[in-house]
Amino acid sequence: MTTRQIVRSLEPTQDNLLAILHRVQNDSTRNFLDEPEIREVADYLELPYSFVYGVATFYSMFSVQPRGRHVVRVCASPPCHLMGGRTIRDELREYLGVEFGDTTEDGLFTLEMSSCLGTCGIAPAMMIDGEIYGNLDGVRLREIIDRKRREEP
Amino acid sequence: MDARDVSLTINGVGVKVPEGTTILQAARTAGYEVPSLCFHPDLKPNGTCGMCVVEIEGVGVRRSCCTPIGEGMRVQTNTPRVMDTRRTLIELILADHAADCPICDKHGKCDLQRIGQDLGIREIRMPAKEGYSRRSDGGIVLRDPNKCILCNRCVSVCTEVQGVANLTRIGRGYHTKIGTAFDLTIEDSVCVNCGQCVVYCPVGALSSRDDTREVRRALADSRKHVVVQEAPAIRAALGEEFGLPPGTVVSGRMHAALRKLGFDRVFDTNFAADVCILEEGTEVVERIVSGSPDLPVITSCSPGWIKFMETFYPGLRRLVSSAKSPQQMFGALAKTYYPREAGLDPAEIVSVSVMPCTAKKFEADRPEMRSSGFKDVDFVLTTRELARMIKESGIRFEDLEEAPADELMGSYTGAATIFGATGGVMEAALRTAYHLVTGGELENVDILPVRGMEGVKEAVVPLPLPDGGTLELKVAVAHGLGNARRILDRIQAQLAATGKSDYHFVEIMACPGGCVGGGGQPFGSTLGTREERGSGLYGEDRSLRSRKSHENPAVQRLYETFLGSPCSEKAHHLLHTGYGQRERVHGRSVD
Repeated sequence: MTTRQIVRSLEPTQDNLLAILHRVQNDSTRNFLDEPEIREVADYLELPYSFVYGVATFYSMFSVQPRGRHVVRVCASPPCHLMGGRTIRDELREYLGVEFGDTTEDGLFTLEMSSCLGTCGIAPAMMIDGEIYGNLDGVRLREIIDRKRREEP
Repeated sequence: MDARDVSLTINGVGVKVPEGTTILQAARTAGYEVPSLCFHPDLKPNGTCGMCVVEIEGVGVRRSCCTPIGEGMRVQTNTPRVMDTRRTLIELILADHAADCPICDKHGKCDLQRIGQDLGIREIRMPAKEGYSRRSDGGIVLRDPNKCILCNRCVSVCTEVQGVANLTRIGRGYHTKIGTAFDLTIEDSVCVNCGQCVVYCPVGALSSRDDTREVRRALADSRKHVVVQEAPAIRAALGEEFGLPPGTVVSGRMHAALRKLGFDRVFDTNFAADVCILEEGTEVVERIVSGSPDLPVITSCSPGWIKFMETFYPGLRRLVSSAKSPQQMFGALAKTYYPREAGLDPAEIVSVSVMPCTAKKFEADRPEMRSSGFKDVDFVLTTRELARMIKESGIRFEDLEEAPADELMGSYTGAATIFGATGGVMEAALRTAYHLVTGGELENVDILPVRGMEGVKEAVVPLPLPDGGTLELKVAVAHGLGNARRILDRIQAQLAATGKSDYHFVEIMACPGGCVGGGGQPFGSTLGTREERGSGLYGEDRSLRSRKSHENPAVQRLYETFLGSPCSEKAHHLLHTGYGQRERVHGRSVD
């Protein structure tokens, strides 16, 4: 589907803005919203470009900068922190070789911090794209990342 | 339906105010000032700064700007808890504010500085936030994110009042900043340079380009002959910078101050405003009488409006009068007509204007504004910049003797001076249009329905035609680009439906209140201040001997000796222009 078709897959009402942005971003191989896409959405909903851009930068799920094919979000809330989240964050930084907010050189992963993922029962936890991974430790973490790498064509 | 009155007490003082009033307004009625940063009476309250907190008995601490009153409410504005909250909040704001007060454009006019002083803040306990790199945006509207307190007033005026919606909040929480769509610099964005964000900013985060150094340099250069023009709205606001009440008309002292600053000739934009009426009035009458499909004629004096139109309503550009603004008409004549009369080489002339407007700087820099063969207006100063030059030079404004402008391009009528208020161009044009159509003179020149602060004003003006019939002239006046959108959308809909609009003549000014409310005017204004400035201009209009542009002898002389007649070939070459089309991300020309 073209961006235009994705944008037009929902009614042009302002309350559909977030849903449309999600659909557009999900279709992006680099997990972000570029300028022509934001313009397309704004024009369709008859909203100012600045408004849609402001929304896209406000919500942490959206990005206006290109990201990796997979977005790794590590939970930074207190329950995960207490269960060793700090170590998980350090290990991920080291294993991926990037700082938070950055993307690996091969363009596969962007590492981000996240507020509570709502899965405190399996803390420490992280989310890759839409999927939750809990009870993390250094070994499991590497396995998960390696598996993601292997899935790549 | 009349609002019900509600009784409450503020600090024990009983007040009765209409239902729906906010606590902040009620407190002011009761005689108590409540400090506020994000709140401005002209804008919708948004409650971002929290300075206006008060304590409501049985409820707790609330932001008074966005909390409506309730029956029997007992409000305290000055309890220890309230004071502590305000102190903590202002410390937090100050921790994140580059407080380089002595070198700040808003020094002495800054709400944050004033409240910090009133609250006696002497220490900031929080660590300073890491600053933004100072990026040199360039352009006319300048910003310093290190001073921004995220109060949202600029976003609010840009979006809700002006309908430009260029500014927005980018990011969230600690990392929030004010910027444009796609985080472009303001210069590279669709900003129309109206400068309303600059005048509504409570601190020095937004300012405008300063051109006083270039003007000083020209004044000091003995090989240059420097002429100056001042827009109508300057005379009703300049006095505020010297402690006079808004609306005090200081034309004479303004001319005297400019002479003391060393300008070789002190002319007046009002002269060019009279010329503008003859050119635009002739165009309006021609289009109406010939039954042109290009109706209504829309005024073209406001450069913020022109860039807005080129960006957001390019389809309507054929309707916009081809007459240049008074500033640019003056500029073209200052390097053609004036040197011819004075026996000067136009290359020696430096033409300076003093404008209530930041968009005028953009207009003067437009590439097509060189019909004299030179840059028609070399430098544009705002009212604020002129006031600073006067202060810097140690000229005691209050002691100046009143002086007239130099005659050749400085005489003006009442019609010209009201250009500075919303509806003024319309009224001035109607006074002359009557003469152009009927050959007679309008007896009562006060056309009241087009005056005042109503956002969109409409009127039907009967115009007797030579054939004995009457033309019901339908006119509309909008000030503030948000209001302009309302009338433009209506015209667009009419044109789409029937190919014809029922308006004949429309005045649009970019700024609320017209030029008196321009982005270059003294800080600290409200719509009320702007109305007072406008009243000052209507007062000067009444006091002048001649109140119709076509009666200006200096203008008559210009046509007799130089231009021929209004809209002549020469007039067209020097005094008229055309408009382009701009794309909606960068506002760049696409023709």
